[in-house]
Amino acid sequence: MHCTSFVHAQNKGMLPRSLSVLVIDENTVRAAIIEAGLREAGHERVTVVHDVNGIAQRIAAIEPDVIVIDLENPNRDMLENMFSLSRAVKRPIAMFVDQSDQSAIEAAVDAGVSAYVVDGLRQERVKPIVDMAISRFNAYSRMARELEEAKSALENRKLVDRAKGILMRSKGISEEEAYALLRRTAMNQNRKISEIAQSLILASGLLDE
Amino acid sequence: MADHHITAGFLPLMDSAILVIAREKGFAAQEGIALSLVRETSWASIRDRIAVGHFDVAHMLAPMPIAANLGLTPMRLELVAPLALGLGGNAVSVSNALWRAMEEAGATGPEAPAAVGAALRRVIGKRRSEGAERLRFGVVHPHSGHNFELCYWLAACGIQPGRDVEIAIVPPPLTADAIAAGRIDGFCVGEPWNSVAVAAGHARIATVKAAIWKSSPEKVLGVRAEWAQAHEDTLARLLRALYRAAEWCGEAENRGELAAILSGAAYLDLPARHVLGALEGRLETGGSIHRVDDFFLPVQKAATFPWQSHALWFYSQMVRWRQVAHSAENAERARRTFRPDIYRAALGPLGVTLPSANMKVEGALTGPTPVGSASGRLILGPDGFFDGAVFDPAELDAYIAAQSRSHSVA
Repeated sequence: MHCTSFVHAQNKGMLPRSLSVLVIDENTVRAAIIEAGLREAGHERVTVVHDVNGIAQRIAAIEPDVIVIDLENPNRDMLENMFSLSRAVKRPIAMFVDQSDQSAIEAAVDAGVSAYVVDGLRQERVKPIVDMAISRFNAYSRMARELEEAKSALENRKLVDRAKGILMRSKGISEEEAYALLRRTAMNQNRKISEIAQSLILASGLLDE
Repeated sequence: MADHHITAGFLPLMDSAILVIAREKGFAAQEGIALSLVRETSWASIRDRIAVGHFDVAHMLAPMPIAANLGLTPMRLELVAPLALGLGGNAVSVSNALWRAMEEAGATGPEAPAAVGAALRRVIGKRRSEGAERLRFGVVHPHSGHNFELCYWLAACGIQPGRDVEIAIVPPPLTADAIAAGRIDGFCVGEPWNSVAVAAGHARIATVKAAIWKSSPEKVLGVRAEWAQAHEDTLARLLRALYRAAEWCGEAENRGELAAILSGAAYLDLPARHVLGALEGRLETGGSIHRVDDFFLPVQKAATFPWQSHALWFYSQMVRWRQVAHSAENAERARRTFRPDIYRAALGPLGVTLPSANMKVEGALTGPTPVGSASGRLILGPDGFFDGAVFDPAELDAYIAAQSRSHSVA
């Protein structure tokens, strides 16, 4: 079986079998999004690995044609070294789609994707996979950012409400006056209103102790 | 006020100090530079992000730009190293169990690499006769001072890397975990990661870079060659700022503040006590505190000068461990990666004491020695290898030939 696949990879005249794709990502949600994208695009041989311990054996078993790794994965130096040792992967791996394709490399790095490709694979077979990974990484980042923004907007509103309450109680002023005071202070100090609210909550907490 | 914006990548290591201080103590701002620092998680990421222009310059393992220029990296990338970010700063640590075995076999302290290495060889021999598994040591990158000094030390002690000891790649912040989990038996890594593993009770410091090769190179400022060419003035300003920062780091009275700054959340994000000992050259090795001379030199002894002899030594080790084939052309490419010309042009106006040569014989100075310099007094050395070998860059071919002979005998 192993021999057959090797001959396939070598013999470009034959009908190409589908590529084996390995996704290494500690972020399980993002990995699932990429895997789904690849499967929707018709790639059946997709393997996802979250933990790099014992990865050499996994790679030897899977024999991936394309490996996609989160750029920020702290184990990339280890993984790259492993790819460059032909013993571990059996076949040499050339990293990134094509050394001459600078724009593809830029798009990948911008998105936070690093891709490794078995040497000798034709670029048109690999590019859609890498492009898919890039677009899914970008989509995930956008989603995570929006979620973060929504969360912090909510947090900020809670902070401002609490600070208003403190001012209303201690100064005996209305809610509108309390808000105006916070806003004025923020403008004078060139800071965000939520920061002023946070300082006030902290200070009032200290005074209460 | 700042006319020049520079973004630099760095890894959380003690020797990012010069970059961090250039920003935090205003040396960059004084040169009109707004310096942004971005912490990264791997050298691969530093390489990728400098290649696509996210970073203009970066904290780099000294052999990294050489490897890039020799085409050993996965992407086409031409780099120059116009300044070194200090000398020394690494140590070799081993698991508590391995240290106990080594101690029984005669290992003493970190200042005696020959005795520690001989003990390790005896332990390896005993393990082999018992049919035990091969020991595994971690280094941070194949193209690193760590890999080369560890392998140099092992080989000089009669231990053949690969055959007698497996060498694995482990990212610095994960070394303590890896040794605690038994995935590795030892590692060579930059500070503070030895101290962190020792403090957690997982490891003992067996020896140090400063004992294997005194006053030896470690990190450099790596700069994209294209960027260096197009931004000559900005780069010169940055080098001046970094030199001033290195001087600040070299003042003994600043060490407490330096440790406090480095330990901050944006940088190493660790308690300052893990950083301070190494800065002072007082290492907690696990059991006792050892005073190590010149453990980390940020500025003294021309510590920021990009010696081309250092580049050639790294190249000789790349050849030795079969990362690249030796040719006159490759050697020349390696040598020219380090750029003392850029260093001199930038720092000349500061009246800094500059060495008059670009190369020196490594291992020639047995003690601190005044040497030829463009102005003032420059003290270099000691710069010897622990086994007494000498690297004369003018005799590169002979050095490389002798290395491969020593392997075929082993």
